[in-house]
Amino acid sequence: MKKWLQFLVLITSISATSALLASGGFSDNSKQAMPAVANAKWKTECSGCHMLYHPGLLPERSWNKMMAGLDKHFGENASLDDASRDEIARFLALNSADKQDNRRSNRINQSIPAGATPLRISETRYFTSKHDEIAASTFKRKSIGSAANCVACHQAAEKGDFSESQIRIPR
Amino acid sequence: MRNAYLFLALFFSQQAVAESANTLLKKYELLAKQENAAFVGFAADKGERFFHAERLHSDGKKVSCATCHTADPRKPGKTRANKVIEAMAISVNPQRFSDEAKVEKWFGRNCKDVLERACTAQEKGDFIAYLLSIK
Ligand code: HEC
Ligand code: HEC
Ligand code: HEC
Repeated sequence: MKKWLQFLVLITSISATSALLASGGFSDNSKQAMPAVANAKWKTECSGCHMLYHPGLLPERSWNKMMAGLDKHFGENASLDDASRDEIARFLALNSADKQDNRRSNRINQSIPAGATPLRISETRYFTSKHDEIAASTFKRKSIGSAANCVACHQAAEKGDFSESQIRIPR
Repeated sequence: MRNAYLFLALFFSQQAVAESANTLLKKYELLAKQENAAFVGFAADKGERFFHAERLHSDGKKVSCATCHTADPRKPGKTRANKVIEAMAISVNPQRFSDEAKVEKWFGRNCKDVLERACTAQEKGDFIAYLLSIK
C-alpha cells in the first residue's frame, strides 16, 4: 500500500516539476524577472503559513537573521530541526537579492541602507515606493489581510513575477 | 480500465491513510501510559472540548485551535497571514495524520502558540480521536 502512495506522490511531483519548467524556467526576460528557483525543503517548510517568498526579495543578511530566529517569527513559532533550517538558510543565502543579477532584486537591495537588516520585504523602501498609491484599508481587506500577502494581488508572486500584467487587486 | 486502476489507487491510499492515523494513536497511547499510570484511553469528546477551548494568551489575545482551524474541522481554516489551511477532519482530508514528522512539528509549534507549553500525549491522542470521529 505504501508503494501506491509513493507512486502517486512521484507522479504528482514529476508533473509539477515539468509544469514549473515549462512555465518559467527559461523565460527570455531573465534580467528583468527573478529566476526560477527550487528547493523541496524550502517549498514545504516556508509555505505552510503564507505564500512562498522568492529568495531574491531580501538580501542574505536578512535571511540569515530570519533563519536564526524562527522560534519567534513575526509572533509565531516557525522553528525547524537543525538540518532543515541549515539547508533552507543556505538555499536562501545562495539565491538572495545581493547574489542576483536581475533588475528587481538589484533595486530592492539598493533601497536598503547598508546598516539595516529588514525582515520584511513589505517594509523596504523599494516596496513602499511601489505601493504608495494603495490605501492602508485596501491591504486590510478580508481578501488580502496585509501587505505581506503579495500573492493576493500579484498572481505570479511565488515565481518572483511582479509584472503589471499579473496584477489584480481583489475586492 | 485506466479509471479502474485510478480508483483502486485512490481507494488503497485512503485506506493507508486511515491506518496511519491509527498507528499514530497507538504511539501516543504508549507515551500517555508513561506520562500517567492511570491512563484509560483517548476520547473524541475530550478532544472536541480541547479543540474549541479558548485561552487568554500572555500577549492579551484569546486563542484556541479553532482560531486557525475554524470551529468546524470539516471546513478549511485560515492562518494569521491569511493563507488557507486545508480541513483537519480526516474524512474530508485524508492527508491529515499520515506523516508523523509533520504532525509532531505542528503539535510542537501550535501547542506553544496556543497553550504556551507542549501538549501532553493524552491531549494529542484525544485531538486525533476527535478528528477521526468526524464523518
Ligand atoms: C508557523 C507559521 C509560519 C511559518 C512556518 C513560516 N512563516 Fe513566515 N511569517 C509568518 C507570519 C504570521 C508572518 C507575518 C505575516 C503578516 O504580517 O501578515 C510571516 C512573515 C514572513 C515574511 C515577511 C513578509 C513581509 O514582507 O511582510 C517573510 C519574508 C517570511 N515570513 C519568510 C518565511 C520563511 C523563509 C519561512 C520558512 C523558513 C517562513 N516564513 C515560515 C508565519 C510563518
Ligand atoms: C493590495 C494589492 C497588493 C499587494 C498585497 C502587494 N502588491 Fe505589489 N503592487 C500592487 C499594485 C497595484 C502595483 C502597481 C503599482 C503601480 O504600477 O503604480 C504593485 C507593484 C509592485 C511592484 C512593481 C512592479 C513594476 O514592474 O513596477 C513590485 C516589485 C511589487 N508590487 C512587489 C510586491 C511584493 C513583494 C508584495 C508582498 C510583500 C506586494 N507587491 C504586495 C499591488 C499589491
Ligand atoms: C496560528 C494558527 C494556528 C493555530 C492557532 C493552530 N494551528 Fe494547527 N496548523 C496551523 C497550520 C498553518 C498548519 C499546517 C498547514 C497544513 O498542514 O495545511 C497546522 C497543522 C496542524 C497539524 C498537522 C496535521 C497534519 O497531519 O497535517 C496539527 C496536528 C495541528 N495543526 C494541531 C493544532 C492544535 C492541537 C492546535 C491547538 C492547540 C492548533 N493546531 C492550533 C495553524 C494553526
